[in-house]
Amino acid sequence: MGITIAVLTLGGAGLVCALILVVADRFFAVHEDPRIETLTALLPGVNCGACGFGGCVEYARALLAVVGATPANLCPAGGAETAHAVAAMLGIEAGATDKKVALVLCGGDSARAPRRFLYNGVADCAAAHAVGGGDKLCRHGCLGYGSCARVCPAGAVEITAGQLALVHADLCIGCGACVKTCPRKLIRMIPAGRTIHVLCNSPEKGPAVKKACQVGCIGCTLCAKLAPEAIQMNGFLAAVDYARELDNQEVVDKCPTHCIVRR
Amino acid sequence: MSASKPKLSPNVGVHPAYHKEATSAKPIEVMPLPPLLRVSMSQHLGKPALPVVKKGDTVLRGQVIGEAAGFVSAAVHAPTSGAVKDVAEAPTAGGIMALAVDIAPDGRDAWAPAVEENRRKRADLLARLRDDPAAARKEVVAAVADAGIAGMGGAGFPTHVKLSPPPDKPIETLIINGAECEPYLTADDRLMVERAAEIWQGALIIQAALGAKRVRVAVENNKPRAAAAMGAAVADSAGDCAVVMLETMYPQGAEKQQILAILGREVPSGGLPMDVGVVVENVGTALAVRDAVVNGRPLTERVTTVTGPCVAEPKNVLARLGTLYSDLVAFCGGFARPPCKIVSGGPMMGLAQSGLDVSTAKTTSGLVALPRELVGAFVSMPCISCGRCVEACPSGLMPCELSQMLEAEDYEAAAGCNVADCIECGCCAYVCPARRPLVQHMRRGKAWVAAQRRKP
Amino acid sequence: MSAEPAAVSLIVSSSPHAHSGASVRRIMLDVIIALVPALAVGLYLFGWNALRLVVVCVSACVLIEALCRKAMGRDPGVGDLSAVVTGVLLAFNLPPALPGWMAVIGCVFAIAVAKQIFGGLGYNPFNPALVGRAMLLVSFPVHMTTWAVPARLASVLEPARTAVDAVTMATPLGWAKTSLSAGNALPLALDSVATAWEFFAGFKPGCIGETSGLALLIGAAYLLYRRCIGWQTPVFFVGAVAVFAAILWRVDPARNLHPVFHVLTGGVMIGAFFMATDMVTSPVTRAGMAVFGAGCGVITMLIRAWGGYPEGVSFAILLMNAVTPLINKATRPRVFGHGRRK
Ligand code: SF4
Ligand code: SF4
Repeated sequence: MGITIAVLTLGGAGLVCALILVVADRFFAVHEDPRIETLTALLPGVNCGACGFGGCVEYARALLAVVGATPANLCPAGGAETAHAVAAMLGIEAGATDKKVALVLCGGDSARAPRRFLYNGVADCAAAHAVGGGDKLCRHGCLGYGSCARVCPAGAVEITAGQLALVHADLCIGCGACVKTCPRKLIRMIPAGRTIHVLCNSPEKGPAVKKACQVGCIGCTLCAKLAPEAIQMNGFLAAVDYARELDNQEVVDKCPTHCIVRR
Repeated sequence: MSASKPKLSPNVGVHPAYHKEATSAKPIEVMPLPPLLRVSMSQHLGKPALPVVKKGDTVLRGQVIGEAAGFVSAAVHAPTSGAVKDVAEAPTAGGIMALAVDIAPDGRDAWAPAVEENRRKRADLLARLRDDPAAARKEVVAAVADAGIAGMGGAGFPTHVKLSPPPDKPIETLIINGAECEPYLTADDRLMVERAAEIWQGALIIQAALGAKRVRVAVENNKPRAAAAMGAAVADSAGDCAVVMLETMYPQGAEKQQILAILGREVPSGGLPMDVGVVVENVGTALAVRDAVVNGRPLTERVTTVTGPCVAEPKNVLARLGTLYSDLVAFCGGFARPPCKIVSGGPMMGLAQSGLDVSTAKTTSGLVALPRELVGAFVSMPCISCGRCVEACPSGLMPCELSQMLEAEDYEAAAGCNVADCIECGCCAYVCPARRPLVQHMRRGKAWVAAQRRKP
Repeated sequence: MSAEPAAVSLIVSSSPHAHSGASVRRIMLDVIIALVPALAVGLYLFGWNALRLVVVCVSACVLIEALCRKAMGRDPGVGDLSAVVTGVLLAFNLPPALPGWMAVIGCVFAIAVAKQIFGGLGYNPFNPALVGRAMLLVSFPVHMTTWAVPARLASVLEPARTAVDAVTMATPLGWAKTSLSAGNALPLALDSVATAWEFFAGFKPGCIGETSGLALLIGAAYLLYRRCIGWQTPVFFVGAVAVFAAILWRVDPARNLHPVFHVLTGGVMIGAFFMATDMVTSPVTRAGMAVFGAGCGVITMLIRAWGGYPEGVSFAILLMNAVTPLINKATRPRVFGHGRRK
């Protein structure tokens, strides 16, 4: 007897709830353009926001709002493939897509770039940067508290054992989230597939850089002389001009501080 | 009209160990000129001053070497006569780099002629303030701006800005802040004991400049000598003037908390003391104002308490602005044992230093060297919800909840819970048994809110 | 004596640079100290049996905590002593004669399920010791309600000794409940101050640590002195029980126990002073503590008066634990400069 009552009550309660749900589904359903779903499925679904919208669905909505007003090539994560698929579905131009990847412009890990003090506090780069100007002796180098790694939707940023951020270009989807979060502004978006980089962000003069880091750019201008087309001096800092081709092993071999690397 | 009965800030805050005995009875000592003065252009809140001298120039004491870069900025003057050795970037107490002028003193310590001129020009200013305040007020504000005075309690807000409230914000009360609620520091205490009359004269000048009806000198009741000295100075003044004894409690020296304790008025969130008709000035600032108006002298020196268990001979030092911390420490006998943390300012709100290559600024109220056993390192354990921070927070925030939101980088939620109202007093982190870096979390939240506001 | 400190020996952090010295470990140590008087009474009343359970629970809790932390790849983390506190509190909430292996199961539940799964100390929404106890009560109802006769017994409880079985008996609350539900009159009354005193001192059957209100109060006074607990929680807890019980007693003294009985029997004292005041699972605001305490008291009385169990303190606290986040939100203090304007 007891068990029957229990089964009936619980069953009854379940039935009522189910009914409410069915009714709600019928009457409160929001009718949306079914194409939004199809279009969203074409996007990578990482919701990184690099397109400028609040996630993949939002981008899909914008694409459909006024077809043709929003370009099809805004998703760096999806690249050319996504752009073409989206363009094909909407019947618009795919537009140009150059895959970009992030690069951390610092090679000074803890073995090569000493610290100024023992930082004690929140393990976050912006927080560390705000306390005494950051604990690295070099005031322009990577602090290594991993803020970029935390915001990366693709898990492409590794914090190495030497407390240095390293972007794995093969995993990077090019959304640029890390660039925005770095308090020292030392992450740059560069065209994918490039191999030779100047890994330094310090505009300081040679002696100051030398004191702070073994692998910093001391502004000797040697590389800029060896590859005048592709490497320029910004004051005391050499910078690769990624708009030009650079495949000159000599600059890598001859850089006295080894801050130019092939990767 | 002397000390009245103790008043409480509404029962919030903490009672840290004060450790003031090391220096509270020691008279202020004048430090001889060091071999080098590194005068920073960024000694105040607001835009750094723009250097107007270059390497090789010779300067006289009181000569402008940095011009104010706009209204919310302050001029910088040569703290002594000598040769400019360099104008280059140097670290500030906050750890960032700012331009600084290196001066090698010539030992003459000769004042610039402009100082004497100013003194003569302002000789009758006091009388005019009395007779025709409206006209003389502007002159006082100009004198203060010329002298490069910035809040000497530690925040460093340019004083001429505080003295120029908009016409729709009449100032009724001037509070001279001698609470000095930070542990270890005794610079203001000693100033009040030794130079009460001058401070009071400065206070009256500020009062006249503001047109304030009332003046209150706030002293915590752990400084009976300072209160007595100020009481004696205040005694023969006409008008509504008094010394108020505040219960010793941290952060009794915080502007908004002090206004509430003394006047029962609450500065609205995001507002300024002038919104409730009040201006609060530190005792050192009052003294500097007097020096500017009466003697025509710009701000070139200040009293700094060099103390802490690691300092061999803790002292209250009258040092020139630009004196390197290393010289300050050397003047106090060096370190008796190696410090683990060196704090510029007091231990509750001061800035930890990575070395002694920073120089004394207008805001340097103290230099405290702490040994390992007194440095409570943050460990970021999970919050155990003890509620002590909530109880201690003078702003009525829930630091526990806020820190968890900020740890999860949920800035919107923290902004919704009024993280911007945090005054960074440090009470919460002081009491937290889980040793969470609560104030640092708050700062991150506040920085985010400030960035949002700047966005168009 | 040099003025320049050696390179990179200085710590730099955000302010404040001073600390009160409070630590989680010290708080837990204070709780343990505060539990000593109650432990002494428990040992006096229930002898080696009680000691056995306390030792078993504490060692099991510490061991399980260490194992869990290790399994999760974190440092053992038993240095904060919180596992010891959970062990003692769980033992205090067990009947003295409970088999040790059952207690160990309770410990596993308390530490592994109620605490570590949620992320460890600070993240657990429910009081671990109470979760352990509730789980045991549901799993082993008979063992968990078999009460050893204490070394000394209040005189009014003498009739509750059953002739058949000289070693176990019912708790006062249980005795009252069975008697009432069998349609009989209330078997005991508060007839004298002496009786109340005997109850207060702890001469009654019950869980190891809960019987002596006196011993618990001594410990609580220490906790209050050390500012480890707020007075609001226990005062409102006990107050709510007393008021609720007084109303019932007024309405029908024949079928309801005297309010003093309600306060002094069962787990109200240990619950109000040691379980409901658990920092992690109770509100952070003073007003919230008051609401929380009152809520615990009311639910306790609802269960005692109309529920199936004679005692309801544990469930009351667990239920209130669940709404702690809500209470925190509802009792946020007024932020300086907001609202009031002068
Ligand atoms: S939250 Fe801010 S205002 Fe409140 S105690 Fe902490 S530092 Fe002070
Ligand atoms: S004082 Fe620390 S542990 Fe206590 S509630 Fe605040 S943040 Fe949490």
